[in-house]
Amino acid sequence: MTVGAVRAFNLVLQRELCLSFRRPDQLLQPLVFFLIVTTLFPLGLNLQLSLLRDMAPGVLWVAALLSSLLSLDSLFKSDADDGTLEQLALCGQELTLIVVAKTLAHWLVTGAALVLVSPLVGIALGIPAGAFVIMMSSLALGTLTLSWLGAIGAGLTVGLRRGNVLLSLIVLPLAMPLLVFGAAATDRAITATSAAGPLYFLAALCVLTCTLAPFAATAALRITLE
Amino acid sequence: MWTWFYKLASPPHVYAAAGALTPWFAVSAAAAIGYGLVGGLVFAPPDYQQGDAFRIIYVHVPSAWMSLFGYTSMAVAGAIALIWRIKIGHAVAAATAPIGASFTVLALVTGSLWGRPMWGTYWAWDPRLTSELILLFLYAGVMSLRSAFEDPARGDRAAALLGIVGLVNVPIIHYSVVWWNSLHQAATVAKFGKPDMVGSMLWPLLSMFLGFMLFHGAVLCMRLQGEVLNRERQAKWVREAITA
Amino acid sequence: MTPNGFWSMGGYARFVWPCFALAAFVLAWNVWSASRYRAAARTRARRALAMAAGGHA
Repeated sequence: MTVGAVRAFNLVLQRELCLSFRRPDQLLQPLVFFLIVTTLFPLGLNLQLSLLRDMAPGVLWVAALLSSLLSLDSLFKSDADDGTLEQLALCGQELTLIVVAKTLAHWLVTGAALVLVSPLVGIALGIPAGAFVIMMSSLALGTLTLSWLGAIGAGLTVGLRRGNVLLSLIVLPLAMPLLVFGAAATDRAITATSAAGPLYFLAALCVLTCTLAPFAATAALRITLE
Repeated sequence: MWTWFYKLASPPHVYAAAGALTPWFAVSAAAAIGYGLVGGLVFAPPDYQQGDAFRIIYVHVPSAWMSLFGYTSMAVAGAIALIWRIKIGHAVAAATAPIGASFTVLALVTGSLWGRPMWGTYWAWDPRLTSELILLFLYAGVMSLRSAFEDPARGDRAAALLGIVGLVNVPIIHYSVVWWNSLHQAATVAKFGKPDMVGSMLWPLLSMFLGFMLFHGAVLCMRLQGEVLNRERQAKWVREAITA
Repeated sequence: MTPNGFWSMGGYARFVWPCFALAAFVLAWNVWSASRYRAAARTRARRALAMAAGGHA
């Protein structure tokens, strides 16, 4: 029986979410890593909370970046290992559609979760509650962009030995603008000035990647799967 | 009529052409760089603001240009190979990468040494410097990705895709001084209209640009011969080419 | 430009000359590295041809 594109998309999305929730420990690990890394900075630097607040945007964003990178490995790897990825490529549906579904599911369980946990981290770093909305918005845009950049990187490195390190090497330079604008947005929110500029930049980067990255990630997968 | 174009895609022709062109590139590069150095170091008058430190421009700006040109040509060559399956493109991309990366390092370090007396700091996290540093990381990523694959053909294709993705950084580097309040000086030469520099300073600089481009051509031809041989080891034409 | 002024570069010598020295090094490295790469590729090709010929002989 042939399946329509929308139904195929929903099926893949459901499958990914179902598989993710079947292993709750795998879901929690990046979040725990996020929390641990953010506590490393205050412990290591031993600062007053008010001084910590100055560093908070940068620390928050570096930690978010690193924990997102950790979880990127799972995007294609397990499917590549058991041959499902090839089946998905051959099944007759648009591979791009499947990639979008997989990446969206991945973002929902990693990036979106990170955004929800970020107020806890914000409190730990001394970020005032009034800045939380901007902080979470910037993280939402940034993690989505990062999921897409990671999809390209993961597509290129799946199946390589020690692909994780190479994945980080590929994704981090592309993610640096995210860090700059995300930290700037959070910083402006803390100092109660308008965060519109950096947020617009983040949104622009997000739109750019969401529109172009699916094709790049699909091309990457085709190269790897050939 | 288009045979010269088809020959560009043919490995034995490229190998032979690269070998023939290398000495021409090398000699003209030496002449252009020689004139640029003498003109820039000896005959150009000192800048009224920066004194003799401005002479760093004669290596810093051409190498920065080459870093961008190198990445762009690497990405374009990879794209041609990926889209139209013209395999020689992969060889060109692989050959250009280390050259461009070395110029990026040169641009960053000479810029840093120039920044110390002029801005008071060896480094600043301003948009142009940061994006140029990102360019270096992108070069490293492309080169590492290519070598990480056991199948060289797959490595070539993956590296080509990554090169294209990273191409977005190049206009950011170039326009960063326009879009943001940057510490780095705005464009004086690489813009349309009359350059804002006096002739005795400008001509050696243009000569250095030309010299670096010709040098890049010479080294590219050498590396390209190596890359073509590595990819075409089994082909028949190789026998005559290397015993010649 | 006086001979003295040339070497001292108006006091900026310790910034200017390392730049030019590094530029010379980078150019030299490029030539050396490319030449080495090409020679290694030639050797490998020669060896591959010899093995192919040796296999048939």
